[in-house]
Amino acid sequence: MPSLCRDCLTRFDKGTRCPACRRPRIITHDELETLSIAHMDCDAFYASVEKRDNPALADKPVIIGGGRRGVVSTACYIARIKGVRSAMPMFKALQLCPDAVIVRPRFEAYTEASRAIRAMMEELTPAIEPLSLDEAFMDLTGTERLHGAPPAVMLARLIKRMKAELGLTGSIGLSHNKFLAKIASDLDKPRGFSIIGKAETESFLRPRPVRLIWGVGAAAQEQLDRAGIRTFDDLLRWDRQDLIARFGGMGDRLWHLARGEDRRRVTRNAPMKSISNETTFSDDTNDPDILDGHLWRMAEKVADRAKAKGLAGRVVTLKLKKSDFALISRRLSLGDATQIADRIYRVARGLFDQVPTGQAYRLLGVGLSDLVSEDQADRAGDLLDPNAESRAKAERATDAIRKRFGEDAILKGRALR
Amino acid sequence: MKISMERATLLRAVAQAQSVVERRNTIPILANVLIEAEGETVTFRATDLDIEVLDKAVAQVEKSGGTTVSAVTLHEIVRKLPDGALVVLSDDAAAGRLSVSAGRSQFNLATLPKEDFPVMASSEYSSNFTAKANQLRRLFDKSKFAISTEETRYYLNGVYMHVAEADGGRVLRCVATDGHRLARIDSDLPTGAEDMPGVIVPRKTVGELRKLLEEDDMDIAVSVSETKVRFATPDITLTSKVIDGTFPDYTRVIPQNNTRKLEVDAAEFAKAVDRVATVSSERSRAVKLQLDEDRLILSVNAPDSGAAEEELAVAYGDDRLEIGFNAKYLLEIANQVDRENAVFMFNSSGDPTLMREGNDTSAVYVVMPMRV
Repeated sequence: MPSLCRDCLTRFDKGTRCPACRRPRIITHDELETLSIAHMDCDAFYASVEKRDNPALADKPVIIGGGRRGVVSTACYIARIKGVRSAMPMFKALQLCPDAVIVRPRFEAYTEASRAIRAMMEELTPAIEPLSLDEAFMDLTGTERLHGAPPAVMLARLIKRMKAELGLTGSIGLSHNKFLAKIASDLDKPRGFSIIGKAETESFLRPRPVRLIWGVGAAAQEQLDRAGIRTFDDLLRWDRQDLIARFGGMGDRLWHLARGEDRRRVTRNAPMKSISNETTFSDDTNDPDILDGHLWRMAEKVADRAKAKGLAGRVVTLKLKKSDFALISRRLSLGDATQIADRIYRVARGLFDQVPTGQAYRLLGVGLSDLVSEDQADRAGDLLDPNAESRAKAERATDAIRKRFGEDAILKGRALR
Repeated sequence: MKISMERATLLRAVAQAQSVVERRNTIPILANVLIEAEGETVTFRATDLDIEVLDKAVAQVEKSGGTTVSAVTLHEIVRKLPDGALVVLSDDAAAGRLSVSAGRSQFNLATLPKEDFPVMASSEYSSNFTAKANQLRRLFDKSKFAISTEETRYYLNGVYMHVAEADGGRVLRCVATDGHRLARIDSDLPTGAEDMPGVIVPRKTVGELRKLLEEDDMDIAVSVSETKVRFATPDITLTSKVIDGTFPDYTRVIPQNNTRKLEVDAAEFAKAVDRVATVSSERSRAVKLQLDEDRLILSVNAPDSGAAEEELAVAYGDDRLEIGFNAKYLLEIANQVDRENAVFMFNSSGDPTLMREGNDTSAVYVVMPMRV
């Protein structure tokens, strides 16, 4: 059976140790040399960058996240042993792991590291689909002759280079489609290299829970539970038509995934579906002025990102989380797509005004979706708000000033609340 | 209660009731129609708590009384019965069933007690007048397309019916707008309407009202208060709450000084707009109008899907002008024109444009341009 040493990249036929370097980190799989769809996921990315840049943190539990009220964005593996997980409220994380070092995220550093990894991946294949700063799909189909080595070798080499040149580790999942590659990269974390071949796809999936499917969250899980579907085996017992009848479009996808089929391609720049920003307050508040200030800042952030990407949206969403964590979400479709902070703010404000007042909130978010290109946006004025046009012009002028003199060169009074 | 009615009469009464009933209901009795028989008349009453419709019909009443039953189910049954059938409705209060029989068909429907049926509180109307069905039909038909569906500006979710000062004196006026376009329709002021408070008639009420206005010469009794409006024919009474809000000052929106005048055959214009818009796959399709001496070029340029152009012979004598509009809005206002040419009055490519039919100022439309 084809085998590969992950340390010296020697290929050999059989054995539990590498014949060249005698080390045991080997991968053995029948389809080792033919599979070409990969998912690379960095190990505790933010925390690893912090540990790399500050060696004093190396043997300490490190949590990346903001403030007393924030949530954990990444926990290093030492903190994970104590049960700390991503998206966990910070106070809970600290209960589990009181000696943790909390580090405020430094996104510039992560973006830079991500860019360096991306450049290494570019040397392997042009077909890269980043999912976030620290993970990406790669399609290496047809690159074997170019590189003189099968994808598995190139991927092992990528991980070696990341460790040697950037001091960062990652895990690889290699399979025959994106769905399985993504599952594989998670099987053996950290510093993993897992393969799911065509031959064992079905037997591999059968006993596993359906929540492995990327995109099946708590809500979908509950729907599936109600239908008695917990494992892929349960799913296999369903007719395709019945699944479609019960779950709609998702049903059809489930039917295929149950058979390990996923025809989605690895596409560069998967189109963005929505832009949103939210903030968790350091203290719950029902102060209308403070909330209004947050509303404006979130609208402005969303608008800034939309403008940076040349996008505009037709649907504005307002998200609020009450003190008891109950979520309120309101949306409104506009006739004309927008990327203007003033319009986004006014719509979000209108939505906010429909929510019962006096309520204390812990989180507020604003989102823009149903995205279109910016040249299809803000083309029509509002008969009933003739000043909207001049406010939009003022905003464009503000943007120009900021571009020249910096982000804080000019602010709305509202943003200071 | 036991009554017999001719199927067509029953169908008409029940149809009106079932269309008021909300399809998704959390309060069971609101899905029901209240049927009450007394003397020689039967009344059918349905409500969604905002609108109440009351329909009277002549029937052979063997036993007076009343009950409530699912409006949609009853309507479906009656609709499927053969034409000309005699339908007998008989209520068994003890069993909580209403039997519906016609010929050899027999149905038993679950009922809810009539005492539970919410009857809209009667109110004092400060203004009562009569208008012809065709007069109201014109007012609402020509304005309703501009009603907004946006819930944050709920005060735009209806037609603003009020008394206004026009060039030829006081008029009964209906205005609707969604911020993109506006319709302002005037008609003669009926006697008795002079002191009517301005009210915003909700979209659903406008739709229900339309069914009362089929016969041109029918007299419609209109009653208005600050909170309610009522339209009544001899058989049907439609009562509705009005939208509790202030309609914006629309008069500022109507351009007074637009001087560039375009006159065009509305039907030809609408067809041409529709044709060129075909190539665009965007949701808000933008059409560009290029105006030159007696010539109008309509064009659409959609980078992703294609381009189209069409030339129309028109009457235009002002400076060259290029202006863009949402194709849907142009079509909707052009479709309001039925007798004469459409007259557009432009200012600049960024200002609202006015449209009317010939020189008739009793129906004017304003539409906001779009950057193209």
